[in-house]
Amino acid sequence: MSPRPTRLRKVSNPPVISGFKPYGGKTKSGRAEAVFLHFEEYEAVRLCDHESLNHHQASVIMDVSRPTLTRIYARARQKIADALVTGKQIIIEGGKIYFDSEWFVCNTCGCYFNNPFKQEEISECPLCKGKKISNYDKVTYETEEHVINKNRKHESSHHQHGKHSGKQA
Amino acid sequence: MKVAITSTGNTLESKLDQRFGRCAFFVIYDTETGGTEFIPNPNKDALNGAGPASVQIVASRNVSKIISGEFGIKIKSLLDSLKIQMIVIKDTEKTIQDTINMLNQ
Repeated sequence: MSPRPTRLRKVSNPPVISGFKPYGGKTKSGRAEAVFLHFEEYEAVRLCDHESLNHHQASVIMDVSRPTLTRIYARARQKIADALVTGKQIIIEGGKIYFDSEWFVCNTCGCYFNNPFKQEEISECPLCKGKKISNYDKVTYETEEHVINKNRKHESSHHQHGKHSGKQA
Repeated sequence: MKVAITSTGNTLESKLDQRFGRCAFFVIYDTETGGTEFIPNPNKDALNGAGPASVQIVASRNVSKIISGEFGIKIKSLLDSLKIQMIVIKDTEKTIQDTINMLNQ
């Protein structure tokens, strides 16, 4: 029996820096001595400690189960503590993740589009320049809540194909 | 600014291709000069990895938007990191000319 494949973790933004280096004292700052903090662990720390969300809220955002998020978070703290105590550098890389951007629907021409420039607000449809756009994710999240409760399996298939076609379902 | 559109044929009257990785042709449309360029897709019949290979072709032309009917799960994260905007049109009857006209509105 082989274990279930790891579920992809959703990370909303890549971190602004790619790591930390210690200074002063007898520091071990080679790459061989570094602690590798995965993107998903960075995201868990960001959601739980910086955004002050509880583990359940953070798990919904990262699209994993609550126990999985708690394990990711525990591993993150373990690694950060190790780096702090032993004076190792932290490199943020790796992990089984995908970066997600917001999706929108244009109510004039009916097309869907995403916003790869996360810092900039989108006010018009890139295709027909219509101003009547709405956030697509908010629509799906409401329906997904019900699906999760009813059928876990259905919810995962919903997610893979669902970004554009899920609305009709 | 350049826009890539997936097409089923190599004329402006061709319909929009509903797949991105295995579409027949890519149309590179330049919004400033109004010029179009048709590129046949070598990954049309690829068994796997058609999406990422197609992204490479399109990204090498410096496009900032891609219009297609559907994007695979591998491509979304790739295009996100390349900062290329994805536009999904579900209307299968639209021709390339219609799409270009909409862009010029």
